[in-house]
Amino acid sequence: MLIVGEKINSSRKSIAEAIERRDADLIVETAREQAKAGAHYIDVNAGTFLEKETEHLCWLVETIQDRLDLPLCLDSPNPRALSEAMKLHRGEPMINSISLETERFEDLLPVVTAGPCRVVALCMAQTSMPTTVEERVKVGAELIERLTAHGVPLEKIHVDPLVQPVSVDTRMGTAITGAIARIMADYPGVQTICGLSNISYGLPQRRLINRNFLALCMAQGLSSAIVDPTDNRLMATLYAVEMLLGRDDFCERFIDAYQEGILAE
Amino acid sequence: MSDFQALNSSVIKGDIQGAVEETRKAIDEGSPIQSILDQGLISAMDEVGAKFSKGQLFVPQMLRSAKTMQECLKLLKPLFKEADVTPKGNIVIGTVKGDLHDIGKNLVSMMMEGAGFTIVDLGVDVAPEAFAEKAKEAEADIVAMSALLSTTMPAMPLTVQALENAGIRDKVKVMIGGAPVTEKYARDIKADAYASDAGTAVAEAKKLLGMA
Repeated sequence: MLIVGEKINSSRKSIAEAIERRDADLIVETAREQAKAGAHYIDVNAGTFLEKETEHLCWLVETIQDRLDLPLCLDSPNPRALSEAMKLHRGEPMINSISLETERFEDLLPVVTAGPCRVVALCMAQTSMPTTVEERVKVGAELIERLTAHGVPLEKIHVDPLVQPVSVDTRMGTAITGAIARIMADYPGVQTICGLSNISYGLPQRRLINRNFLALCMAQGLSSAIVDPTDNRLMATLYAVEMLLGRDDFCERFIDAYQEGILAE
Repeated sequence: MSDFQALNSSVIKGDIQGAVEETRKAIDEGSPIQSILDQGLISAMDEVGAKFSKGQLFVPQMLRSAKTMQECLKLLKPLFKEADVTPKGNIVIGTVKGDLHDIGKNLVSMMMEGAGFTIVDLGVDVAPEAFAEKAKEAEADIVAMSALLSTTMPAMPLTVQALENAGIRDKVKVMIGGAPVTEKYARDIKADAYASDAGTAVAEAKKLLGMA
């Protein structure tokens, strides 16, 4: 299970302030603690800054990689911000994200084919949000076909089935788990990914919902996730489910986590 | 003449069948349409909005109550003209150009309708000129815009410009919202109001039009 740590996002007040102050220590520490907690990639997002987004995103990349040897997930809907940040990135970044929205695919294709990288492919098409499993699978398939046709390796594509809140439509949970199962079956070797927190928008006890949703998605084959790895209860679910899915020999990682004192109940 | 308590409760509970029955009963009894609307439906939605803002009920219940009111409105709307029922105001709403996100916008739409406004929902990916054209045609009091991507927010000041070009900027109030949108941004682009959620949007709309 590939884990992307989500904490460095300028929509969080403390991070926005750190970015404005150029507080390298806080940013590096937030990256380090996520890596220590098991993140393989660190997501960086300066999207709330509008005109200054590119400048801030580049600063984040340089600041973190200056002191830590970690690959980053470059998170922005802005092609210019992504391509500038990618030029500064050492090693293989993850690009978050490309979709089939008008212009977005064309603008981002050169970015994701500029060099080796992982790509988050968001199941969003040109005219509307997907509502069913079928719509998600259709858009996902088209994204996979077009990206691989341009030379992006299948195993570097992380399809995001676009999580929507269950508070708005109680079919949203199964729409996602169904889409994950279909995409993993139709394209063996591809990856799937999602940010969990959308599922619980508009409801109380969001973490409870998010970690159970993670378990359901993993059971349908989800291969990567964008999470807060310092959320011990979420990670405990992840460890338990990995083990229950037969992916933890001798239950080693589960028991290690317990003995390290991080396996929250 | 019924006191609309039962209708009011049904809307708050989200009991569609009960609410429709109560509405039908009230119409058959000859209750004034405006009263059914105001006391039976709008006041119920006001309470729903207030409870939502206080965190006492959540999005699914808000949706359920809004749907309940919509079903009752289906019975009442054909009788509006004859009964001289006037809406609180006309609102043109949409998600801006390049943006397909609509969940928040739909919630705002429903709550505005619940508050007694007439809503023209232009959907998603709405060009600045489309907002202006419709606002002119519908004689809108408020143009409400939603954006969920920081990259689509620039369509908001463009829409304000389009309203100016259409010669109606001084005739409409502009309200904006959406996850990356802020109070500051609203000030920067000279919008008239910002709202952070559907409940607040209704309150802001009332303020803009000088209502209690």
